[in-house]
Amino acid sequence: MAVDDISFSIEEGEVLGVVGESGAGKSVTGAGIIGLLEPPGRIAKGNIRFEGRQINGLPQEAMRRIRGAKIGAIFQDPLTSLNPLYSIGQQLIETLTTHTDLSPAQARARAIDLLNEVGIPAAERRLESYPHEFSGGMRQRVVIALAICANPRLIIADEPTTALDVSIQAQIIALLRRLCHEHRTAIMLITHDMGVIAEMSDRVAVMYAGRIAEVGPLRDVVKSPKHPYTVGLMDSIPKVGQEKDQLSHIRGAMPRLQEIPPGCPFHPRCPEAFDRCQGERPDLMPTGNPDQVASCWKFARTDQHG
Amino acid sequence: MFSYVLKRFLQSILVMLFVAFVCFVLSNYVGDPVNNMVGQEATIADRAALRQELGLNDPIVFQFGRFVNRAVKGDFGISYRQQRPVKVLLQERLPATLELVLISAILALSVGIPCGVYTGLHRDNWVSRVILSTSLVGVSLPTFVTGILLIYIFSVTFNVLPSYGRGTVVKAGFWTTGFLTATGWKALILPSVTLCLYQLTLILRIVRSEMLEVLRTDYIKFARARGLTNRAVHFGHALKNTLIPVITVTGLQVGSLVAFSIITETVFQWPGMGFLFIQAVLFADIPIMVAYMTLVALFFVIINLIVDLLYFVVDPRLRIERRVAG
Amino acid sequence: MGWLKRVMDHDIFYSFTRSWVIMLAAFITLFIIITSVFAPWLTVHDPFNPSSLTLTDAFTPPIWVSGGQWTYPLGTDDQGRDILSTIMFGNRISLLVGFLSVLLAMLIGVTLGTLSGYIGGWLDSLIMRLADAQLTVPPILIALLINGVARASLMRELQESLVIYVLVFSIGIAAWPQYARVTRSGAMVERNKEYIAASRVIGVHPVAIMVRHIIPNVMGPTLVLATIGIPLAIIIEATLSFLGVGVPPTTPSLGTLIRIGNEFLFSGEWWITIFPALALVVLVLSVNLIGDWLRDTFNPKLR
Repeated sequence: MAVDDISFSIEEGEVLGVVGESGAGKSVTGAGIIGLLEPPGRIAKGNIRFEGRQINGLPQEAMRRIRGAKIGAIFQDPLTSLNPLYSIGQQLIETLTTHTDLSPAQARARAIDLLNEVGIPAAERRLESYPHEFSGGMRQRVVIALAICANPRLIIADEPTTALDVSIQAQIIALLRRLCHEHRTAIMLITHDMGVIAEMSDRVAVMYAGRIAEVGPLRDVVKSPKHPYTVGLMDSIPKVGQEKDQLSHIRGAMPRLQEIPPGCPFHPRCPEAFDRCQGERPDLMPTGNPDQVASCWKFARTDQHG
Repeated sequence: MFSYVLKRFLQSILVMLFVAFVCFVLSNYVGDPVNNMVGQEATIADRAALRQELGLNDPIVFQFGRFVNRAVKGDFGISYRQQRPVKVLLQERLPATLELVLISAILALSVGIPCGVYTGLHRDNWVSRVILSTSLVGVSLPTFVTGILLIYIFSVTFNVLPSYGRGTVVKAGFWTTGFLTATGWKALILPSVTLCLYQLTLILRIVRSEMLEVLRTDYIKFARARGLTNRAVHFGHALKNTLIPVITVTGLQVGSLVAFSIITETVFQWPGMGFLFIQAVLFADIPIMVAYMTLVALFFVIINLIVDLLYFVVDPRLRIERRVAG
Repeated sequence: MGWLKRVMDHDIFYSFTRSWVIMLAAFITLFIIITSVFAPWLTVHDPFNPSSLTLTDAFTPPIWVSGGQWTYPLGTDDQGRDILSTIMFGNRISLLVGFLSVLLAMLIGVTLGTLSGYIGGWLDSLIMRLADAQLTVPPILIALLINGVARASLMRELQESLVIYVLVFSIGIAAWPQYARVTRSGAMVERNKEYIAASRVIGVHPVAIMVRHIIPNVMGPTLVLATIGIPLAIIIEATLSFLGVGVPPTTPSLGTLIRIGNEFLFSGEWWITIFPALALVVLVLSVNLIGDWLRDTFNPKLR
C-alpha cells in the first residue's frame, strides 16, 4: 500500500502544502484524487469528495470532464509534459475547446489571454511556437496556462518547481500565488522542498510512509511542530546565523512500502517512542492547538483529558 | 532546411558512386569479361583485339568514367548468358517487380499499422493476443515457405488461384501491366500476400512497441490530466508521436520488399527482376548482377532520401535549428 | 551440485518454468539439436549415401496414407530417401550454418564494436558509418550478393568444398552490424566507469582492458541478440539453399529439401516438401520464442 488512511481537506482558495520525502506517497495521493492511478494501483477504500460530491468511483467519462475543468494538474518536468510535435497554441486551443463552448477563434483569443496572464511576452506570436523553443521557466508557465485553461477550482501541483533553476523557482511560485489569489483557486502543492512550502502554503500536511504525520497552519507546523517526525524535519533545516558543528538529522531512513513496521510507522526512529507506539497505529488527533492535528500517541493523554 | 536537403542529396550521390565503383570492379575483374564473351575457338589474337576494342587496356579512371557514363544511360552491356542487352531485359522485367512490390507495400502498411496501433492501445484483450501470436508465427515463417504453403492450399488443393506467371498483361509503351485484367489481379494475390507477410508482422510489432512507449510518457499523462478525450489522447497525441519513428522503419521495410521479391518471384515464377537476378547469380552472369545491384542501390538511396525528407516535414524539432526564447 | 541449486533458485529460472510455452519451445529445440547430432545412429539409413537407398521405395507416402510403411514414417522422396531422415540430416546443416554464421558475426561485431566504443574518435565514426550503411540493406540481400560474387570469382573446382564456408562467411558478414552497435553502446558506458579509469592508471594495456573488462561486461545484450540472430541466420541459409545458391546438394539443408520437394507439389507427392517446410518452421519458431522470452527477461526497463 502506497498510501494508508489519508484524510485531509482543502478549503476554497487555500494552498495546502503536502510535504514529505520521496516515497512517502505524496504523488500517489495526487494521482489518486484525479483518477490517474496506473493499474494495478487503485483506491481500495474511502471517499474523495469535491464540491460536495463524491468523485472516486465515478465513471470514466464523468471523471474526464472533471479533470482539467474543475481540477487541474501540473507535473514536475515541463519539457516532457508538453507534446513536442504540437505548437503550444494548438495544445491550448485543444484543451479550451474540450472543456468550454468556445469556437476555435474565441479559443485562440482566450489562449492569448492565458499566455499573457502567466507572463509570457509576445503571446500572440508565441502561439505558433513549439515546446522546445522555450526555456524551462517559460515552459512551466505554459504548463500552468494549460492547467488553468478552464478555471479549475483546485490545482494539484506535483513538484512544480523541482526541475527548475532556483531563480526561476521564485518566479513560478509568485505566479502560482498570484493566480491563487486572483481566481480563488485552491492548490494542493506537493513537494519535498520545505522552502517552497514555506513560501506558498496556508496549511501544511506532513506525510510519512504513506500516512499523514501532521496537519496544521504553516506557522504552527514550522514554529511549533508536534509530531516527532516534523520536529526532526524542522530541526534538520539549517538556519542562517546558526552555528553548528554538525547538521542534525533523523537517525535511520524512511521504510519502503513493503517494509512498514506495525504500529506507528515512525516508531523505530522516534526518540520519544514508548510501548503503545509499537503495537497500535495512531490516527490524527488534536494536539492542544485546535488547528493542528498529529498522528502520535503522545497526544492521547491530551485527548483523554478533553 | 535547404542546406539539409542539399547535404542529403550529396550524400546519396556519394553512396551511388561507391556502389558504382564496386560494380565496376566486379564487372571488370571478376572472371574475365573477354572470356565470357567469346567462344572457345577464339584465338589469342582475337581476344587481344577484343580487349582493345572494349577499352580494357585503358587506365582504370577512364574505364570507370566510361562505366558510370554508360550506367547513367542504363547501358550495362550484354548479358553473358542470354546474349541480349541488359537494358532491354530490365525493361521487360521491371514493371512486374514494381507492381508486385507496390501492392505488397500497400498491404503491409494498411494492415500492419492499424493492427499495431490496436494491439498497442488494447493490450490485454483476446483479439490483441491472437494478433500477437499470429505475428510471432509470421516472423518465423520464411517467405518461401509461406509461398509454398499458400500454393499448396490455394492452387493444389482448392485450385482457385494460379501459382505461376502474371496472368494476361496489357502493354502500354514500354510498360506491361497486370492491373487491367482479371487474371492479372488473380495472379497478383498469392505472390503479394506472400511478399508482404514478413514485413507486415515486423511493422505491426514495431508500431505496437512504439505505441506502448509513447503511452507511458509524461505528455500523455498530462494530456489525460487536462481531461482530453480518449480519442484526442490516443489518436491526436499518441498516434502522431508513434508514427515518427515508425516512418524510418517502414521506409526500410519497403526497401526490404525489393530484396524479398527475389524469393517470391522465384517461388511463383513471377517474371520480374528478382527472378532474373537469381538466375544471373546461378550462372555468374555479371552484367545482370551489376545492373541489378545498381538499380537496387538507387532504389534504397531514393527511399532513404524520401524518409529523411518526411522526417523533416513531420518533426518540428528538426525544422527549427537555433531559436530558444527566454 | 550446489550450482544446480543456485540456478534453480534464480528468478530467471522461476520465470522460465512458469511459462509452459517457453518450456515447450526449449524442449523442442533441445530435441531437435539432440536428434540432429545423433542422426547417423538414429536414422533408418543415410539418405545421402546412394548405396543405402532402395529406389523401388521411392514416392512412398507417409504412414497414415494408404501405401505407407513403418520404415518410412513420413514417406520417401523421388530417390527413396526417407523424409524423416532427410529432415534430421537437414537440421544438422541448418543448425551448423546458423550457429557458425552467428559466431562469425559476433566475432566481427564484438571486436569492431568494442574498438569503436572504447577508442572512439575517427575509428568510431568509420566503423559506425559502415555499420549504418550496411544496416539499410536487408541482410538477406547482402548474403545473396556476397555469395553470388564469391561463386562467380572462385573457380569451379574450389567451389564444391568451400561452399559451406562461403555461406557462413556471407551470412556472418551480413549480420555483424547489429552486434557491433550493441557492443559499442555497452563499451561506451563501461568506458566511463571508475574501475576502467583505475586500470588505466595502473598501466594495464588497452587491449587487456578491452578483453578482460569491457567485453565480459557487454556480452549480456550481445548474447540476447544472438538468440534472435540464430533463427534469422537459419532462415537466410534456408532461403539461399532454396534459391539454389546455398549449400551443395550433397549436404542438403532444410532449404534444399524444400526446393527438391517443390517439384513434386503438383504431382501429388506433397509430403516431400511440406514436412521439411514444417520442420523448418517449428525449429525457427521454437528458437524465436526462446529468444523473445530471453529478451523480455533481460530487458532492464521491464524488470
